[in-house]
Amino acid sequence: MAQFFNKSANNIARISMVAAVVLGGTAFFAYTQIARSSYLTGRYLEKQQPVQFSHKHHVGDDGIDCRYCHSTVETTASAGMPSTQTCMNCHSQIWADSPYLEPVRASFRENKPIEWERVHDLPEFAYFNHSIHIAKGVGCSTCHGQIDNMPAVFQENTLQMEWCLACHREPEKFIRPKSEIYNMQWQDGDLTTEERVDLKAKNKIRGKEMMTSCSTCHR
Amino acid sequence: MSMSNRFAEVKSTKAKGKIGNGKGMGSLLTFYFLLFTFAFLTGCGVRFDMQDQPRYKAYKKSDFFTDGRASRDIPEGTVARGLLKENKALHTGKIDNPDPNVQVETTTNAAGNTLVSSFPNAIDEFPMPMTKELVDRGQDRYNIYCIVCHGPVGAGDGMIVRRGFGPPPTYHDDRLRNAPVGHFFDVITNGWGKMNGYADKLPAADRWAVVAYIRTLQVSQNPEETMKMNSGTSATPTATPGGAR
Repeated sequence: MAQFFNKSANNIARISMVAAVVLGGTAFFAYTQIARSSYLTGRYLEKQQPVQFSHKHHVGDDGIDCRYCHSTVETTASAGMPSTQTCMNCHSQIWADSPYLEPVRASFRENKPIEWERVHDLPEFAYFNHSIHIAKGVGCSTCHGQIDNMPAVFQENTLQMEWCLACHREPEKFIRPKSEIYNMQWQDGDLTTEERVDLKAKNKIRGKEMMTSCSTCHR
Repeated sequence: MSMSNRFAEVKSTKAKGKIGNGKGMGSLLTFYFLLFTFAFLTGCGVRFDMQDQPRYKAYKKSDFFTDGRASRDIPEGTVARGLLKENKALHTGKIDNPDPNVQVETTTNAAGNTLVSSFPNAIDEFPMPMTKELVDRGQDRYNIYCIVCHGPVGAGDGMIVRRGFGPPPTYHDDRLRNAPVGHFFDVITNGWGKMNGYADKLPAADRWAVVAYIRTLQVSQNPEETMKMNSGTSATPTATPGGAR
């Protein structure tokens, strides 16, 4: 019986073994990158909203506190979207004739809410509550980024589990004093490591086992 | 060319020879595995039932309710726990049995605006003990909701006024220094002039805290009061909580 494999098959076998490892590794690397990409996480993608609302103008230029509009952030799971009346508190007088604000006036006239596009859409198997993060010293910009520089708001972070856990494992790297929660200019370097560890104890942040327990976020 | 042709022939003969025996099942399984993988990779058949569960979260759109809102108002005629508002002074800032037809005095300011200068239905004492915590809370809330128009010390020069909103009256004249606390509470609750009410953002206790802080600002911006306080001779009236600090 003639030999089925040619002699070159030895080389082909060796090369294909290397190629399998290289290709497999590349494919795995590509998978990890694609899974974290803004294509799949929505990170950095600005959304078109029914009104051209600029956080850069209202927060950055006018210095309006976050809570003026997101008024339930300290007390409930949702940060709270402003009612149309909140817009009209100022825009009954300012820019009252602007065509850009017609959707707001229409909403007020017809008593129909403005349908904003949700920018941060957590999967619903993850439990999230704004108020507890505020109470424990997580500032707005820690998760949402420099909102005061965003004409159109985009998602600053991946909102993936590894991102959540990075802080739940070591909250002392991210927390800040309660007086600075809404400070958009706050930098992580504004506190020393010791001060952060003290702050973690002062804010009664629980230990790593509790903070990273499955049922803390999946309940 | 000839190589690939020969290979194709060989493959087809092999396939023909094996139809019907046990290994045909294997290739069928391989086919389904590849089909499934293809479908998965191209996104067909990927389900998001876990990500988007059939339940409402805040501000979600609803197909069930006619107005399209999943977040519902409290049904008419019902009272939520703790919102009975039995304490009239606490929740309205007005005296018992206020007279809706009462005549008020008015003055005209330099800009020609008519301003109410008497507040006969408003209560003149805080319906809660005055504490440092209350004033601090008031400062915190004032700097969120009021500072935008009324300015950092209540002079009526906030950022929104500088952007073109009609200026609100300053707190620091005799008319508002002498106004009863219930008047400020009523304005925050129901609005006044161009100002909308803030009852949706400030619960009654917070509104009183803001009134306490306004009184504090009035003392701080009044040289006579400040001097009296500093000399220790202030006969701190009930309506000036700043004196009690």
